[in-house]
Amino acid sequence: MRSKAISRILFSVGVITWLALLFTDISILLSSVNNIKPDVPIWLPGIILNLFIVSLFYYYKIKIERDEVLNFVDLLWRVFATGLIATVVSLGLRLVEYLLGDTTLTRHIVFRDLVYIINLGLMIGFLMMAFAAWKRLILYQKSKWLLRLWAFFEIGLLISLLYNSFKFPVVEWLYGTLLGIFVVVGLVLSGNMKWVAFLNFRQKWTSLLLLLLTVFYLLYIIYTNSSLSESIGNSSPYFTEYRYHVFILSLIVFVTIYSIFSFLVILFNLPTTSVFEQKLEEVVNFQRISQSIQTEQSEESVYNILLETSVSSVFADAAWLEIHSNAHEHKLFTYKITDKESYDIINHLKTHNVKGVLDQGSEKTKNLSKHLASLKGSRFRSILAFPIYVKGQNIGTLALLKELPESFNKEMTKIVSTFSNQAGISIENFRLMEEALQNERYKEELKIAKMVQKSLLPTILEQDQDFDIAAFSESADEVGGDYYDTLRVDKHLISIIIADVSGKGTTAAFHMSQMKGIFHSLAQHDIEPSNFMVQANQALVYCLERGSFISATYFIINTQTKTIRYARAGHCPVLYYCAGSSSSEYLKDKGVALGMVRNKTYSSFIQSNTFQYKPGDIMVLYTDGVTEAKDGKGEEFGYERLSNLVNEANGMAPSEIQNHLINKLYEFSGTSNIDDDYTTMIVKFK
Amino acid sequence: MIHIKRLQEDGADIIALIGEIDASSSIELDLSIAKSVGEGFKKILVDCSALEYISSAGLGVFMSYIEEFKDRNIKMVLFGMSDKVANTFSILGLNELLQIGRDKVQAKQLINEV
Repeated sequence: MRSKAISRILFSVGVITWLALLFTDISILLSSVNNIKPDVPIWLPGIILNLFIVSLFYYYKIKIERDEVLNFVDLLWRVFATGLIATVVSLGLRLVEYLLGDTTLTRHIVFRDLVYIINLGLMIGFLMMAFAAWKRLILYQKSKWLLRLWAFFEIGLLISLLYNSFKFPVVEWLYGTLLGIFVVVGLVLSGNMKWVAFLNFRQKWTSLLLLLLTVFYLLYIIYTNSSLSESIGNSSPYFTEYRYHVFILSLIVFVTIYSIFSFLVILFNLPTTSVFEQKLEEVVNFQRISQSIQTEQSEESVYNILLETSVSSVFADAAWLEIHSNAHEHKLFTYKITDKESYDIINHLKTHNVKGVLDQGSEKTKNLSKHLASLKGSRFRSILAFPIYVKGQNIGTLALLKELPESFNKEMTKIVSTFSNQAGISIENFRLMEEALQNERYKEELKIAKMVQKSLLPTILEQDQDFDIAAFSESADEVGGDYYDTLRVDKHLISIIIADVSGKGTTAAFHMSQMKGIFHSLAQHDIEPSNFMVQANQALVYCLERGSFISATYFIINTQTKTIRYARAGHCPVLYYCAGSSSSEYLKDKGVALGMVRNKTYSSFIQSNTFQYKPGDIMVLYTDGVTEAKDGKGEEFGYERLSNLVNEANGMAPSEIQNHLINKLYEFSGTSNIDDDYTTMIVKFK
Repeated sequence: MIHIKRLQEDGADIIALIGEIDASSSIELDLSIAKSVGEGFKKILVDCSALEYISSAGLGVFMSYIEEFKDRNIKMVLFGMSDKVANTFSILGLNELLQIGRDKVQAKQLINEV
C-alpha cells in the first residue's frame, strides 16, 4: 500500500514537472524569439527537466523493482508496451501536424516546442522504463562486483544530473569524459546476459520479437526528438536541449546497446536452447525421483516416474521396465511399446545368448546396440539397459530403445544410470518405510491382543469349602495363549481347566477365546472329561488352522465323593502332592492335544481318570513356560525343581505356594524379563 | 537357530535337524519337509539326534503333515530323539500319532514295514 501511494505521488510529480517544463520552456522560447527578456530564469527548465527525470526514475524503480512476480518476458513486454505507447502518441502528433498541413500554426514556434516537449517526455519515460527493466535483467544472478559496478553507474548518472542542472562553465572535456565513462560502464554492464539462458524456446522467440520492436521504437523516438530539437534550434538556442544532456545521452546509448545485445545474444542462443532446456529438465526429473519417496503412494508410481523421466531425458523412442517381484513373477511397465514387442526383444537377447544386456547377473550397464540389428521385424536399433538394485539385490531392468542405430551417448548412459540408482534408493526407502509402518501396526495389534487375552482370564475363581485355589498368569511381550478357568456345575461339582494354545500373537488370543467359549458351554453340565475333550476337539477342528493345536487338562472335582475326574489332552502333566505319603508325582497318562487328530478317531486318543483326594493334598496345574524357563546357562527349570519346590512348601496356602514358585522362577531365570508365558493354578484340599 | 541337512539313503529322504526349533525356525522345518514331499519321496526319515529343543510351533509342523501323509501314503519316521525332546513329543501325545524310532536302524525297519 505504501509503495503504491508513493508511486502515485511520484507519477503526479512527474506530470506536474512535465507541465512546468512545458510552460517555462515555451515562455523562454517565445521571449527569445521575440527578443524580450523572459519572465523566468533561463536555467529553470533544465532543473525542472531533471526533477522530471528523478521522479520518473523513482517511479519506475518502485514499479519494476518491487514487483516480484515479473518474469523476463513480462519485463520485456512492459518495455515494449511503453515503447509502443510512446511511438503511437508521437505518430499521432505527426498525423495531426500532417492533417493541419503547412499552416502558420504548425510553423509557429510554440506549437513546435509543444510537440518537442511531448516527445521528449515520452522518450524519457520510455528510457527510464527500459533502464529499470534492464537493471533487473542485468542483476539476475548478480555478483558482489556486478552490484558495485551497477551502483556506481546509477549513482553516477544521478549525480550527472547536477552537472546538467547548474550550468557550470561548460568545460568541454568534462562533458566528453563523463559521457565516455558512462558509455564504457554501460557497455561492460551490457555483458551480463545470464537471464537469456533461462528462457525456453518459445520465450526466446517472444523476446526476440519484443526486443526487435523495442529497438525500432527507440530508434524512431530518438530520431523524432533529434529532428525536432534541430528544427527548434534553428529558430532559437534558448530551449531545453537534450542533446548535450549527459544523463539522457548516456541512457540512450546504454538502453539501445543493451537492447541490441540482448537481441543478438538471444538470436545466437536459439540453436542451443534445447540443450539447456534438457539439462534443466534432467535436474527437475532427478528431483522428481528423489521426492517420489515422500509423496508417492506406491512402488508402482516410482517405477512409472523412473520410466517417464528416463525416456524424456534421453529422448528414447520406447522403453520398458521389467520388475521381478519374485523368482517367477514379473511385471512390465512399458512406454510406447507393446508387451509382445518387449518380450520379443528379451527373448531374442536370451536365445542369442547375449550376456550383459538384460540378464540378472549383469553388474554393468551396457549400450549394446549391435545385438538388435539381427532382430528382424523390430523397429528398434539401439538399446540401453540398466539393472535396478534394492539392497544389493537386482529387482528389475530398465531398457531404453531408439530407432536409430548407435544413438545413445555416454552422457545419456550416465544420466539414466543415476536415475535408476536413485529409483533403487527411493524404492528401498519406500520399503523400509512400509516395513516400519507394518511393524507399528503389528505392535498395535499385539497390544489389542494382549488386552483381549487378559480379559479372557477370570478375575474371580470358584470358591469352595473343600479347597483353596490360587492362579497366576504372566505373559511375555508377545501375546501368549495360556488359559485357565473354573466353573461351578452344581452344589458338589466344580470344573477346572488349564490350556495352552500353540503359537503366539493375535491368533493365539483368538483361539483362546474359542477355548473359553467351548469350556463355558460344555462344562455347564456334568460331562465326562474325556467326552469334554472329544467334543472340544470336534468343535476346534473347524477353526484351528494347519499346524495349530491346543493342549488342555480338564478336571471335575466332586466335593461330595471327594473324587477328581480328569482328562489330559497333551497338556503338561499335573503335579499332585499327596499329603499322606508326603510325596508328589506327575500324572502322566495318555492324551493327545486338541486339534492334532482331526477326525472321529480322536476318542481313542483320550481317556478319563479318577482318583480320590484327601485333606492336605495339593494339585499344581501349570503351563510349559514354568518347566521350560531357562537360567543363564540355558538349563531348564524342569520337573524335578518344580516337584521339590512343592514338596517343601506343602504347609503353605495355595497363594503362598504360588508366590514362592514365582519368586523361585525369577530367581532361577536371573532376570525379570520373561520370554514365555507362565501360568500356574494351585488347588489345595482341606 | 536350526540347521537342516538332507541326504538320501536307500530311497528314503533323511532330514537331519541340528539345533533348536522355535516359532521362527519351524518355518524352515516346514519348508524342508514340503520340499521332500514335492520331490516325490514316499519315505521320510527325520534325524532328531542333534535336535536340542523343539517348541510347540515345531511340533505343529509335524502334526500338520500327519493327515496329508496318511492320504498320500507317505511314511515319516522320527528317530534319535534325546529324552527331553521325546518328552515334549509324548506330553502332547504326538508319540501316539507319529512313528518314532530309537535309532536309524530301527527307524529304517519301521519305515519299511508294510
